[in-house]
Amino acid sequence: MQLHFKRPGILPGFWPAYCYSVLYLTLIVLIPLSAVFLKTATAGWTKIWHTISSPRVVAAYEVSFGASLAAALASVVIGFVIAWALERYEFPGKSIVDALVDIPFALPTAVAGISLTSLYAPSGWLGRYLEPLGIKVAFAPLGITVALVFIGLPFVVRSVQPVLEDADHEVEEAASSLGAGRWQVFWRVLFPAFRPALLTGFALAFARGLGEYGSVVFISGNLPMKTEIAPLLIIAKLEEYDYAGAAAIATAMLVASFLMLLLINIVQGRSRRFMETKLS
Amino acid sequence: MKRIVPIILASLLTSVLFATGPVKLLNVSYDPTRELYQDFNAAFAKYWKAKTGVDVEINQSHGGSGAQSRSVIDGLQADVVTLGLAYDIDAIAEKAKILPTDWQTRLPNNSTPYTSTIVFLVRKGNPKHIKEWSDAVRDGVAVITPNPKTSGGARWSYLAAWGYALRHDNNDDAKARAFVTHLYKNVPVLDSGARGSTATFAQRGLGDVLLSWENEAHLALKEFGADKFEIVYPSESILAEPPVAVVDKIAAKHGTTEVAKAYLNYLYTDEGQEIAARNFYRPRNEKVTAKYAASFPKLTLFTIDQVFGGWQKAQAKHFGDGGVFDQIYQAK
Repeated sequence: MQLHFKRPGILPGFWPAYCYSVLYLTLIVLIPLSAVFLKTATAGWTKIWHTISSPRVVAAYEVSFGASLAAALASVVIGFVIAWALERYEFPGKSIVDALVDIPFALPTAVAGISLTSLYAPSGWLGRYLEPLGIKVAFAPLGITVALVFIGLPFVVRSVQPVLEDADHEVEEAASSLGAGRWQVFWRVLFPAFRPALLTGFALAFARGLGEYGSVVFISGNLPMKTEIAPLLIIAKLEEYDYAGAAAIATAMLVASFLMLLLINIVQGRSRRFMETKLS
Repeated sequence: MKRIVPIILASLLTSVLFATGPVKLLNVSYDPTRELYQDFNAAFAKYWKAKTGVDVEINQSHGGSGAQSRSVIDGLQADVVTLGLAYDIDAIAEKAKILPTDWQTRLPNNSTPYTSTIVFLVRKGNPKHIKEWSDAVRDGVAVITPNPKTSGGARWSYLAAWGYALRHDNNDDAKARAFVTHLYKNVPVLDSGARGSTATFAQRGLGDVLLSWENEAHLALKEFGADKFEIVYPSESILAEPPVAVVDKIAAKHGTTEVAKAYLNYLYTDEGQEIAARNFYRPRNEKVTAKYAASFPKLTLFTIDQVFGGWQKAQAKHFGDGGVFDQIYQAK
């Protein structure tokens, strides 16, 4: 079998770039990840299955995947609106808002978790008004979602923004002049162009939410079977010196998230190709 | 520039080879001992300088007891460990084999120079009249305690409740289990560590009673004001024994065996005991205990060996995978 490399015409440096990428991925990603798999393998199939199928762990997976999914969906909607506002309109303080979007990247997540908890706890600034309405945010699954939206939002905004920036006004104008209504222009002309970027943002926010620990443990309340996230159970397993069990939970999460990200990438690829064929 | 580099290299090399300057000691400890060891380290450094003429610099590392133990197993260079429960030092002895498994017999009092217990922190005036463990399981009382799966302190609280129930109900295991199940039904939030629970109770205003380390309860009073909370002593609780040990192989490698031993022994001296008492740890020394009697009300304290047959057994039965704690939550 012969391997085919696609070489870009005249630009030099293909081999150094290629080798560097492979080396980097091996050292930083593949070796640590394979260590997780190897550690899991030391446990034996029965123990792995017993660990990842125990009711408490399954409940934690449900909380983790459910909250991350809800948070990623919410981030896509809110993030799109923010990106739209930042790119389409001029308003005072715009550059400050633009910079604020990135704050969750820089803030230690524990700080985010603690401040959100203080806000939404039954005695907190917002919590005290929500409590009488029967809305429980802190120490409930909703709180986990709120924390994950905070963490995931910048990923969506920053993925969509450049695409919005590049979108040609001419296309919109052409659509309008051909008789499309405003909603039609948005839905049939603009939206398909943003779709791949929105999917990227969604995938990033979702993946980030799955792994998030620092902010969630403060706001979730950590009640077994109700608001325990999978990463917390990994810590609990380590506390019992059950390294293999911890690795087993991690492996199950890795496999599930890898499959989901792969699926999103495929959908995204389709959607991009669809756009390209349509435009050309 | 070129001439400077070899000089720097040479001086670096010599400083590595002929380590002059102070002797360095790393004490790997758990969360609530921060203030205790700050005071104690200063006192010991002074004592050691006076005795041997050598400066000693003690570095502290704090974190959850289990997490700290894992760091040492994974290679953190601790000369001494001062952790929250014997189980965590047992793990170092078993898994890393850098100290003998009979480490706990090497120093007096099970190698625990100071003890603590689990007490109740309630809101001022004790509006829910919580005086005893049996009050904490009443309907309508909200109890704050961390998750025993992730917090050493929470395991002491759990065992204190279990032990109380056993001793008040003819050692009936089923009744103790029902008691503890009721207790955890009253817990709205399980933080991952003791400080987190203190914040939930004191700052977020959640819950009617916090099951707390005695010293943490005193710290909370100091920090948030004695006009907001009060400490309630139940009639009985568990004697929490946070043990200390020299990590033989690491100390030998660093050449710090002698000073590390002296460091731990100093905890047992009058001055060491006084420092512990001032930081709200119960001293072992009777003279010092008498002096600080006002800080430490008398209550019946049972040990984990008496009631549970030691940490290994308690851990396996209650906190292991599928253990009693898991069952309590999965039974719903």
